[in-house]
Amino acid sequence: MYGKKVRLRFFFIFLILITLSLSIFLIFKSLEKNVVFFQSPSEIKILSEIDKKKIRVGGMVKKNSISVKEQKLRFVITDFKSEINVTYSGVIPNLFAEGKGVVAEGYLKGRNFFAATKILAKHDENYMPPEVKKALEEN
Amino acid sequence: MLKYLEPNKIFSITSKAPKYVLLLFIVILTIGLAEALIFSPEDYIQSHSVRIMYVHVPAAWISLGVFSLITLFSIVGYIFKIKNFFLISKSLAPSGLVFNIIALVTGSIWGKPTWGTWWAWDARITSMLILCLFYILYLIAWRLYENKDKVHFITSLILILGIINVPIIKYSVDWWNTLHQPASINILSKSSIHISMLIPLIYMTAAFALFSLLIFLMKYNTELIKVKNKGLDRL
Repeated sequence: MYGKKVRLRFFFIFLILITLSLSIFLIFKSLEKNVVFFQSPSEIKILSEIDKKKIRVGGMVKKNSISVKEQKLRFVITDFKSEINVTYSGVIPNLFAEGKGVVAEGYLKGRNFFAATKILAKHDENYMPPEVKKALEEN
Repeated sequence: MLKYLEPNKIFSITSKAPKYVLLLFIVILTIGLAEALIFSPEDYIQSHSVRIMYVHVPAAWISLGVFSLITLFSIVGYIFKIKNFFLISKSLAPSGLVFNIIALVTGSIWGKPTWGTWWAWDARITSMLILCLFYILYLIAWRLYENKDKVHFITSLILILGIINVPIIKYSVDWWNTLHQPASINILSKSSIHISMLIPLIYMTAAFALFSLLIFLMKYNTELIKVKNKGLDRL
């Protein structure tokens, strides 16, 4: 139906696309560790050695775990399988709250202890007016 | 079919259409802004800062949509050697770049009060920055190369490289741990955004799409005038 050149150009583009997709897939696969923004407490637990480098730990702020003592904020990050204790002093973002997502940047001081130098709040994908939230909670 | 490809035929449409598109754009934007800034409720956790979403999300959608479109036009144009499709692709790109930049900037403004940072090297945000770079590469290539065959091939190649990034942007929040939250709107399952917040989002998306169309028509018009001045009777 179409000319030889047209078919050839089609296969040319098609092959470029396949080749590039595959190579990029492989690159990402091998760099997975760097693509992730943070690690979960469970991943920290199974680390073979504790790195001195700055890392990020993310998960949920455990309910009733936030306390402030001597200007230091203490809380627990959980992924509902493992937990890690975090200390921090500094500015906290507006959305930082118990039961909400959080990403802490800082240094590991042992498998269960993390000294954060920066706290980021992780927001979830739910958007609703306060009245709807209230109604949901009542049910 | 070929008679519709005559510059005069297209020109008569593209030179009249912008004023109607502009009118429609103003109407939809007014409704959208009123919905987004006044009538829509505040969020249960973010309160009023959620309103940045009504600019951020539509801008990101349009920039992704425009990139997919220009890639499609460019590839089909390359395979079947249709010059007109390259002109369409070239005229669409600038509005896509503008919305990409808007998405990055509003994301930054939104990120500061909610997450606590202007910028994070997270997979979604970085891949969106890469898309922006591809837009810039694409537009520079058009200015750099004079030879038509060369510019068609190089711009197509840039878009093919860039289009691989589009699914990465879309699924980055599902494949990897990111600071950016997952998608709220799903076609197949129930959306996790309340209907009262979805309506302004749809209006704003329509308004931005109309703006893209408006800029496209004006740009395309200019391209057609250039073709006409060169004395070519067919694209």
